[in-house]
Amino acid sequence: MKEEAKDCNSDRLEAASGAREHKAIITLMHGSGGLATHRLVRDLFLPLLTNQWLEPLNDSALLSIEGTPLAVTTDAFTVDPLFFPGGDIGCLAVHGTVNDLAAVGARPLFISASFVLEEGLSLDDLRKIVRSFADACRTVNIFAIAGDTKVVPAGKGGGLYITTTGIGVPIRDPAPSASHARPGDKVIVSGTVGDHGAAVLLSRGQLKLQAALPSDTAPLWSMVERVITSCSGVHCLRDLTRGGLATVLNEIADASRVTLRIRENQIPVKPQVFAACELLGLDPLYLPCEGKMVFIVAPEDADQALKLIRSDPLGREAAMIGEVTAEEPGLVLMETALGGLRQIEMLTGDPLPRIC
Amino acid sequence: MRYVSEFRNPDLARRLIGQIKEECGSRTYRLMEICGGHTHAFYRFGLVDLLYPSIELVHGPGCPVCVLPTKRLDQAIAYALNPKVLLATYGDMMRVPGSRQTLVEVAAQGADVQMVYSPLDALALAQHGPEKIVIFFAIGFETTAPATAVTLLEAKRKGLKNFLVFCNHVRLIPAIIFILDTGKTAIDGFIGPGHVSTIIGAKAWRPVVDQYGKGVVISGFEPLDLLQSVWMLVRQIKQRKPQVEVQYRRSVRQEGNPIALGLMEQTFDIRETFEWRGLGWIPKSGFEIRDELALWDAERMVPYEVTEGREPRGCICGDVLRGVRKPWDCPLFGKTCTPQRPIGACMVSSEGACAAVYLHGRHSHRVRLGLQEKVPPETLTHR
Repeated sequence: MKEEAKDCNSDRLEAASGAREHKAIITLMHGSGGLATHRLVRDLFLPLLTNQWLEPLNDSALLSIEGTPLAVTTDAFTVDPLFFPGGDIGCLAVHGTVNDLAAVGARPLFISASFVLEEGLSLDDLRKIVRSFADACRTVNIFAIAGDTKVVPAGKGGGLYITTTGIGVPIRDPAPSASHARPGDKVIVSGTVGDHGAAVLLSRGQLKLQAALPSDTAPLWSMVERVITSCSGVHCLRDLTRGGLATVLNEIADASRVTLRIRENQIPVKPQVFAACELLGLDPLYLPCEGKMVFIVAPEDADQALKLIRSDPLGREAAMIGEVTAEEPGLVLMETALGGLRQIEMLTGDPLPRIC
Repeated sequence: MRYVSEFRNPDLARRLIGQIKEECGSRTYRLMEICGGHTHAFYRFGLVDLLYPSIELVHGPGCPVCVLPTKRLDQAIAYALNPKVLLATYGDMMRVPGSRQTLVEVAAQGADVQMVYSPLDALALAQHGPEKIVIFFAIGFETTAPATAVTLLEAKRKGLKNFLVFCNHVRLIPAIIFILDTGKTAIDGFIGPGHVSTIIGAKAWRPVVDQYGKGVVISGFEPLDLLQSVWMLVRQIKQRKPQVEVQYRRSVRQEGNPIALGLMEQTFDIRETFEWRGLGWIPKSGFEIRDELALWDAERMVPYEVTEGREPRGCICGDVLRGVRKPWDCPLFGKTCTPQRPIGACMVSSEGACAAVYLHGRHSHRVRLGLQEKVPPETLTHR
């Protein structure tokens, strides 16, 4: 033991001197969907790739080809584990793509996908995942029109990654956009927040906690269609994914240059999610969802929109959680259940459990 | 939810706030909340604003991540950079900047760093992966020290040869006495930490009352706990009868937790002195692993060689930890130092005073000062 320890020490010094030529690198924080992800997109990708279609950074790009309006989105899925309560990476990929199209008010039509497979993945698992992908496509009535597969050596991929491209047709002009929120508008969330994040965290099994808690992964187009065809006052739509409700609200406040004021006691959270967050020191506002949409709606249409969302099986727990104000551009404020006021920031880094 | 919502009842909270304000009259009381968990809760529930201006909270040195000097973190990072080592630690520690980089960054470069929820999980990593030397980077007050103690005893019982503990556990009371001795911080009374006190017991706080005449109310972590504690403390101060009172009765006993204290006694000695970030060297304030367990002590098995830790220039974490200055007095706060790219440790942990103010309190602070403009956009700087 002692000798081993000495060895360890000399190696260490070498390694430490190497570390002096430290450069900025990608860390897992860049994938959290929070501020680090935004900076990466804004500071590295956007300046090199910018054009009028990419610039708005909406969930889907809106284009027009020879007079025909189109919505296009692309997305990658790397969830661990591949199978989790309530779904798997296959249906998740379809739902995520469909919801990105729905967020610009586009009817989803086609999807393409590439599957990056890790050596050692079981064919049975792959078949289950592709079947789930196919079933999800059928449910929302879209067609998988192109695909690709690649295999990477064992240890170089998390079992299976999927990237997709979705194509849809916007049915509303102007399309809802994160920059269209106006003072006076109401903020509606289509159901309980944090379900997917909590379900995946618990299903990893590292926390030794158990709860009957499925992911909320689901396609939201039919809900969105119902609302936007009846209410002209839907100004923004945003599906809640990485970074959770807090991050999405900050994106909207920033893009529209308004303040969003929400009320803590009106945000729907499942008791299991609340309990897991209390135990682990996490905040449900920052946990990802995969089947929830935020609607920002003109005040005169808000009650009708809420009624329509609640009439959808996926929107029964929808709630009006706040308003848009003109107080200070880019700010999200929450009135706490006790009557205090708290600023809600974007997610900064992966939510890590606290130690005491 | 049972056992939580009872402690967050808005009507009771409003009544308590009213009583506190009435009790305070026109005076402002300066209370130090020592525990980072309390700091976080005061901001998260919006209590800071609701109590203003009757109560001014002074944040104390109770965030374990914040008080660890850079030098010790650099040593942990040096351990992690060894390809034979797997460094295991609590999540809070991962993003704290060392002199050059964070554990998250060295992990991204290929170092084997794993976040664990318990030191026993680190022990399991050693058992299941005999090809690596697992070093558990142990930090925290008396709250987390008993778990490390159990793990050390388990490692000895199992005769594990590839498991070491890098012990950085610290003792709270010596730090509080140190702050009182320097006399720079004007404090009317202390809101005592509930978890540490569950282990060390209420009676451990006697010296603060007997020698310094300051009252202590040991508090729970829910809004009503905190409000009740503030009310109890203000009454003590007004009546000039300082004492140790326990508000968190569902957890804290006079004599503490004898089993945990016994385990610590078996595994740790008290260091002559230990360095704290911002406070400097404080006598009798740290734990070290006892001689009988030297085979599991990383400091002895892999001798200490990191020389000087670089504390970030311009950062006033030290003053913030002593309660001498507030986060917004720092020239870096919200500008180059943000939770996204923290410079000082107080900005990293969600329990750090700077992070709590940045995440939840900036708005109210700006409003109070009549500054309506947005804090300037942070710039990405690499040190």
